Amino acid sequence: MALDPSFIGRSYPPTEPYEVGREKIREFAVAIGDANPAYTDAEAAKALGHPDVIAPPTFPFAITYRAAGQVVEDPELGLDYSRVVHRDQQFRYTRPVVAGDRLAVEVTIDAIKTLAGNDVLTVRGEVTDATGEHVVTSVMTLVARAADETGE
Amino acid sequence: MAISYDEVEVGTELPAQSFPVTRATLVQYAGASGDFNPIHWNEKFALEVGLPDVIAHGMFTMAEAARVVTDWVGDPAAVIEYGVRFTRPVPVPNDGVGAVIEVTAKVAKKLDDRTVQVDLVATTGGQKVLGMSKAVVRLA
Repeated sequence: MALDPSFIGRSYPPTEPYEVGREKIREFAVAIGDANPAYTDAEAAKALGHPDVIAPPTFPFAITYRAAGQVVEDPELGLDYSRVVHRDQQFRYTRPVVAGDRLAVEVTIDAIKTLAGNDVLTVRGEVTDATGEHVVTSVMTLVARAADETGE
Repeated sequence: MAISYDEVEVGTELPAQSFPVTRATLVQYAGASGDFNPIHWNEKFALEVGLPDVIAHGMFTMAEAARVVTDWVGDPAAVIEYGVRFTRPVPVPNDGVGAVIEVTAKVAKKLDDRTVQVDLVATTGGQKVLGMSKAVVRLA
């Protein structure tokens, strides 16, 4: 079933702030095997001009993906999540995520298309800090494979 | 040591890197990222939904590819844009060896404000797993 294009442009209320912990950043950096000291050593991060340890470039996805749940699980939109694959991901950074940040995400549906029977959904998350300043924009494109397509 | 904009040219290659990934890597990444989709750890489930094997999180591959850029520039905050297309999954067999993600990158364009566009290529088993992968990086 094709998604309703009238959802294009729909925004969802900003999420409750996510507080970024130093140890969460460390856990993420260890999980991706990245030993860059800016992620784990506050002094090293400060030497680069940052107020505290910073998070790796893809870390914000953990926050924006959770926020995008509002879209993915919106019963009015009716996306069949069991058939969804992540096709594209983009980030545009004003600054890196820093430990201690309290980040809210405002999610907007940027595009809905149908390609060869598959629904293509582009969801943008604008991430702002406690002062309302922009931190990073995450743009995620999901493809929901048509229900009659088999075993690819 | 910071990379100077004046010292790089279109075609400058970044040091290539190889990133091993095992089932244990995926379980650890699932926990750290909060993405517990069973296609990344449950072989029975992955096969049932038509995948060849358990596959790596796309965002894990994206994170590894970024390391080629951040290791080159030193300060990860120098990355001001980063985007990829996930063109093919990375199957991770439960054979004690797993898979290897190979990443190469080179400067594709010199842009304004001392920034450059870096194009990335990520492969596993000789097959491309990321397409249209690029980062915009601010140099010294």
